[in-house]
Amino acid sequence: MTAQQDIKADTWTVAGRTFTSRLIVGTGKYKSLEENAAAVEASGAEIVTVAVRRVNISDPTQPRLSDFIDPAKVTYLPNTAGCFTAEEAIRTLRLAREAGGWNLVKLEVLGEAKTLYPDMRETLKAAEALAKEGFEPMVYCVDDPIAAKQLEEAGAVAIMPLGAPIGSGLGLQNLVTIRLIVEGANVPVLVDAGVGTASDAAEAMELGCDGVLMNTAIAEAKDPVLMARAMKAAVEAGRLAYLAGRMQKRRYADPSSPLAGLI
Amino acid sequence: MQRLGPASSLNRLERASLGSYWLAAMSLDRSLGIRVNGEHRRVPGGVSIAEMLNEIGIDPTKVAVERNLAIVARSTLGDIRVEDGDDFEIVHFVGGG
Repeated sequence: MTAQQDIKADTWTVAGRTFTSRLIVGTGKYKSLEENAAAVEASGAEIVTVAVRRVNISDPTQPRLSDFIDPAKVTYLPNTAGCFTAEEAIRTLRLAREAGGWNLVKLEVLGEAKTLYPDMRETLKAAEALAKEGFEPMVYCVDDPIAAKQLEEAGAVAIMPLGAPIGSGLGLQNLVTIRLIVEGANVPVLVDAGVGTASDAAEAMELGCDGVLMNTAIAEAKDPVLMARAMKAAVEAGRLAYLAGRMQKRRYADPSSPLAGLI
Repeated sequence: MQRLGPASSLNRLERASLGSYWLAAMSLDRSLGIRVNGEHRRVPGGVSIAEMLNEIGIDPTKVAVERNLAIVARSTLGDIRVEDGDDFEIVHFVGGG
């Protein structure tokens, strides 16, 4: 089999839906809907996260996200950004389901505004309730292998630990815990939040993550469309490196040219 | 259908001076006082939720509606009448991470 064929066959499946792209991108913080759409296109993402917000009733004719990013072509993953209790998150996702008919959702219940760290007590409560209502929650969570197990038991269809705080661009802070989550999970694991540049995305994939979710790293790049391309390449490169299996590390040098036949 | 306007078009002084007269007027013209996304509005009695949305300029097929904290199925928006005191949340998808 050629490398090209391998890449094509390398899909991942979440809650029975199969995707080729392992990069999920957010749709916030862009200068314009046009730029947002161009970045999504360049990223090759098949899933985009979206937020649920009030319609502006004083000006209901404002341009809509769906006019620029077609939900028939790209899977909308409604999120619960800004929710600080299980109750708020569940209410938001019930509305999202009515707005678009989606069961596949991104659950995030935040603990505080400063760090946007997940509140795991509320997150677990919400995940359980949502699963009972027929939702398929992909869950933003702390990078804690035990919490990840508990979420899976509660009905999470994907575990999405943070690499670093949302919007920080600090890169993956704890490679050990992310790897432990990957090794222990029976559902897809995606690093969600913390990616700052392409090497961070590649690093997450090299650990064996099934995908990476990011927003700010692309939206706040000087050239978001170019960064979207970089992220696409990085996720693919990291994935291939993971599949290829990296060499063992050595403490000292090992020559690449033969020692025999030296003049 | 009469034009809908936010009840807030009355200033505080006008509201105060109208007092109970205003309450009586509500029932005289059979209009209803409701809240839409936190904003007070008046709508004629008897309108459906779909008619109320169209009047505001919202396409009922592109939003989700919550009425008094309960989801209203999109297929029933044309059948359900707006009631006095109803509190609506009308939402859609926007960019987010």
